[in-house]
Amino acid sequence: MFFSTLLFGLVLGGTYALVALGLTLQYGISRIMNLAYGDLLIAAAFLTMLGFTSYSVLPPIAMLLIVPLGFVFSYLLYLFVLRPLVRRAENRAALEIDSILATFGLLFVMQGVMLLIFGGNIFGYSWLDNAVDLFGVRIATNRLLALALAILLALGLYLVVTRTRLGLALQAVANRPESAPLVGINVEQVAAYAFALGGAMAAAGGVAFSMIQTFTATSGTALTLKALVIVIMGGVGNLPGALMAGFALGITETFVAAFIDPGLTLAATYGIFLLVLLIRPNGLFGKAAG
Amino acid sequence: MRKFMRRHVLQWALAASVTASLGGHATAQDSQPVKIGYAVSKTGPSAAGAGVTTIPNYELWVKDVNEAGGLKMPDGSQRKIEVIEYDDRSASDEVVRAVERLATQDNVDFILPPWGTGFNLAIAPLMDRLGYPQLAVTSVTDKAPEFAKRWKKSFWFLGGGKDYAEALAKVIGDAKAAGKVEGKIAVVSVADGFGIDLINAARPAFEEAGLEVVLDKTYPLGTSDFATLINDAKGSEADGFVAFSYPPDTFGMTKAAQVAAFNPAIFYVGVGTAFPIYEKVAGTDITGVMGIGGVNASDPKIADYFQRHTDSAGQPPDSWASAITYASLQMLQQAIERVGVDREAVAEELSTGTFETILGETKLEDNQLRQLWWVGQWQDGKFAAIAPAENEGASEPIIPKPDWKQ
Repeated sequence: MFFSTLLFGLVLGGTYALVALGLTLQYGISRIMNLAYGDLLIAAAFLTMLGFTSYSVLPPIAMLLIVPLGFVFSYLLYLFVLRPLVRRAENRAALEIDSILATFGLLFVMQGVMLLIFGGNIFGYSWLDNAVDLFGVRIATNRLLALALAILLALGLYLVVTRTRLGLALQAVANRPESAPLVGINVEQVAAYAFALGGAMAAAGGVAFSMIQTFTATSGTALTLKALVIVIMGGVGNLPGALMAGFALGITETFVAAFIDPGLTLAATYGIFLLVLLIRPNGLFGKAAG
Repeated sequence: MRKFMRRHVLQWALAASVTASLGGHATAQDSQPVKIGYAVSKTGPSAAGAGVTTIPNYELWVKDVNEAGGLKMPDGSQRKIEVIEYDDRSASDEVVRAVERLATQDNVDFILPPWGTGFNLAIAPLMDRLGYPQLAVTSVTDKAPEFAKRWKKSFWFLGGGKDYAEALAKVIGDAKAAGKVEGKIAVVSVADGFGIDLINAARPAFEEAGLEVVLDKTYPLGTSDFATLINDAKGSEADGFVAFSYPPDTFGMTKAAQVAAFNPAIFYVGVGTAFPIYEKVAGTDITGVMGIGGVNASDPKIADYFQRHTDSAGQPPDSWASAITYASLQMLQQAIERVGVDREAVAEELSTGTFETILGETKLEDNQLRQLWWVGQWQDGKFAAIAPAENEGASEPIIPKPDWKQ
């Protein structure tokens, strides 16, 4: 019972983390609080579903196309919609408010377009729904795939950030945006890349999400909220932090459901969130002072 | 866009009537459209339900009527339907405002109901005050008899939680009496209006039917992972699983049960089981799954309606409230044909008349539709009605449910 609950929690946490990885990049490095994040994810889910049901394109193949699409879309979005806001903003707080307002509008545009195309229906499909036996616990193959993807992406991105030149620039922009230009970093360019990278992650998350769950054109908002909780818990901009926070939430939920009462899962999630905010306001893995 | 179109139509109508009065002809009255308005959730959390059950049927009915030349009037003339539509954005204050606007500014002849129990209750006092008949189709409430008395022009089409719970208890109780199941039930319910109503009605009903509830848990709205819950149910040695769930949960639980190879003799899930998408999400391996609603699977009228709905909306209807929604519109149409666009007379006719709909001969009892199917089961790709078993057209339940293929 304990072991199976732990595994269920890890798998659930993996999908949570996958959903949050892109947002932590966008918010942490580009300083854009993207409220339309979940809607981009859902757009990717729709594309995957369309590809699978109409053209029999398997989700992993679709991912090869959709992830670059998410990158390009987010890059252009940053260039034409968000960069003017960044240039205009006098300080970080002003940018935060502006970006929240702008992406709030974008949320409605994206939901509207998806509603127009797909209607309000529930969508989903069945792929890799069969179970694999993992140490005696039966787990859905697609959920396991999502877990693997989350770990791979988080570690891969972490390596990019810590081991490459671009990563160094990303860190510089994240930590000292005002000093980064002094060492020859094009802050705007780096921020645009980070935002686009976040969009690519959202697209990857959307592909995985569509394999696991049903969705509607308006499911994005709930995803943005969940992702936001994880991003803040893990420390803004912290990739391994998001992964750990995702796991923490997933495991908490399954343990509360199994050993206390399934009715208290939401309460437990937000209880932990509150606790982290009180004890470590910068997140589990955030730096003590910004 | 929509507003522009409406204004356009209004201008056209105005121009037409001016021309008509200048010319001194009285023919304009006949060709003037009947204005029918509605506010439904096109966006927000309720959009999924409205998009499956309500909107496609409104569109199909208007198309059917207008293609046939319009609504027939008692004098034999025909008038087309002009639709005025608002999005209530899944907010009950918004739906109330929209209904008020439809009645006072758009001056529509009839108002079709929004989707969902809460929204129908929200507009009921207003509809009553404004004098519009309310065909509250997608409203599941045990208080329907009371409401029908309080608001004389309101009509309730989908029964109450008690009806569904008691019918399910009877299906399982009968199976127990026949020695097909032991009658140990694991029941889970969503902690929200519908789930609470049904579980409260189900607890005494299960006891009455001699069933033993071995697991009884609730889960919060928006839960996305059911592996733990299903594992619990599997470990409880229940041979009947009952979930009073909402659509996303219904799909999630089905998938989780397949993965866990959880094969109780009775597998019942809530709202969404009757949706066409259920088959896509759960795979074709769904024979034996029970849920709310059902249709008379062998009725050619229903088969024809499914075909026309598929042609018009690009997908088949759901097998619970869709056919009832369409039938309610047929009733409205026939009532207008008999008494004209007089709202008072139409309400009276709906209350007392007998109608020929896709459900067969349809008649309301105390302003409520009671000839309903309470439990359905997937059989050969159709969500066939199995309870009440004594009604004509009921299919024989498949118990025990065949194991999931894995």
